[in-house]
Amino acid sequence: MINVDDVKSAARNIRCDVIKAISAAGSGHPGGSLSATDILATLYFYKMNVNPEDPKAENRDKFVLSKGHAAPALYATLGRRGYFNVEEMYSLRKIGSIFQGHPDMNKIPGVEMSTGSLGQGFSTAVGMALAGKIDNKKSKVYVLLGDGEIQEGIVWEAAMSAANYKLDNLVAILDNNGLQIDGRNDDVMKVEPVYEKFESFGFEVMEADGHDIEELAEKLDAADEVEGKPVLIIARTVKGKGVSYMEDVAGWHGKAPNAEETEKALAELGGEQ
Amino acid sequence: MAEKMATRQAYGEALVENGAKNKDLVVLDADLSKSTMTVKFSEAYPERFFNMGIAEQNMYGVAAGLAASGKTVVASTFAMFATGRAFEIIRNSIGYTHLNVKICATHAGVTVGEDGASHQAIADLALMREIPGMIVVNPSDGVSAKKALDAVLAIDGPCYVRYGRASVPVVYDESLKFEIGKGIQVRDGKDVALIATGIMVNEAIQAAEILEKEGISARVIDIHTIKPIDEDIIVKAAKETKGIVTCEEHTIIGGLGSAVAEVTAKKAPAKISMIGVQDRFGQSGKPDQLMKEYGLTAEDIVKAAKGLL
Repeated sequence: MINVDDVKSAARNIRCDVIKAISAAGSGHPGGSLSATDILATLYFYKMNVNPEDPKAENRDKFVLSKGHAAPALYATLGRRGYFNVEEMYSLRKIGSIFQGHPDMNKIPGVEMSTGSLGQGFSTAVGMALAGKIDNKKSKVYVLLGDGEIQEGIVWEAAMSAANYKLDNLVAILDNNGLQIDGRNDDVMKVEPVYEKFESFGFEVMEADGHDIEELAEKLDAADEVEGKPVLIIARTVKGKGVSYMEDVAGWHGKAPNAEETEKALAELGGEQ
Repeated sequence: MAEKMATRQAYGEALVENGAKNKDLVVLDADLSKSTMTVKFSEAYPERFFNMGIAEQNMYGVAAGLAASGKTVVASTFAMFATGRAFEIIRNSIGYTHLNVKICATHAGVTVGEDGASHQAIADLALMREIPGMIVVNPSDGVSAKKALDAVLAIDGPCYVRYGRASVPVVYDESLKFEIGKGIQVRDGKDVALIATGIMVNEAIQAAEILEKEGISARVIDIHTIKPIDEDIIVKAAKETKGIVTCEEHTIIGGLGSAVAEVTAKKAPAKISMIGVQDRFGQSGKPDQLMKEYGLTAEDIVKAAKGLL
């Protein structure tokens, strides 16, 4: 049974961590981190079978952040989940820090794959799911994609192979905030209709409000029942979610808030609980 | 004439042998299994072979994911599409992560022949050499091709192995000791050193025989591991001979010639002449015709050696 308040509280804390870390770093990607936060919180605080005490546990579920620029949200989630002291991530993007601009699997406990170059994380998640099938594992592989990211050709190669090998242990989630660096997805390079595209590639496609914890949990549970094909959950999200002046503004894709903006953002988010 | 065998043929057989020894070995191919010879593994171990279709980028991404899950992964296609098309996936998802993936690429060099420039990888060694932590191996014949696979499979980390399409003479016998990072002195000599890699080792041996008849003593060294390179054997050759001829079926920009020059420039400045593709694309033709056209024959090496003396 899901405790929605717990997941919501985690998400609020993660959003504050994201703002604080990016503000301290002076650079980073707040927009796509905030749009992905509720998805990450639902995965790590409800759905996934993971153990921060034993990050490499044999039968754990795995998560790959294919949209690697949302690293601050992943770091905050892992920190809040207990993989490390969350305050360590305030060294984000500083020289010598394990918290690189994009995730490094060899530096941070709980990070399953180094990502950042778009599309590749999806392919590696397909490889992990394939390994799970070879070894008859019951565990799942979750992968989070950005909607701009699916303009990369490798995404469709990966999608084709996931369906070809009937990887029903693979659940892809699309952070569908509709924006990318240069503007609206469909003004830059039309990606719609995403539902039909993935369906025709052999995926079981579901949709959810990406900021509705209960609905996300429900769809993630429904994904467990799908047999013989991979799943895509299209999570409708708002870029910059939770910070009024960042919401649905492409300009906050890769820009750090200044001191005043940081204070305003933290006040709006309600601060750490 | 010595016995001939394509290095890819030896690779295909060695893969099957290793499949029996290592139950975690998984092999991927991109619709070229009958050419790369991974077809032999697919017949022996169908449950551990996955054809990824004509999609090399995804193949190397999937390879990374399998390796991150504890598998020993060998992923094959033509050298052009492995190191060229999938370069950035190899760099970021296999190199940066330092995962246990063996990129075993075939059909390298101009001896691909009739398919022409689009299929002739002549910069693959240069591309793989720049990736930190990547081991780069280029065996010279059937015997070393097999031992090269055994050697890279014993390493936990990313490796690139270059195999060729054409049948080439067998240089070594089964007693060959093949050690990653250790060059092999195939023949001693004091006037000039012929430092070769891959199928050029055989050309260098022939060149040394021609030079001997003309009273020139040529040392022949096989640098089968381009990275990490055997600095000692190169420095020794630089100090004990009057000059070095590097011999590679690859562009002279960034390959063996460059790697040898990097060593000598730092440790033992030497006169170097570089036999290899001179900043050109390949073209269609028979392998032996192309070897002549691109100046890669024993006669070309002889001429270069004499030019140093």
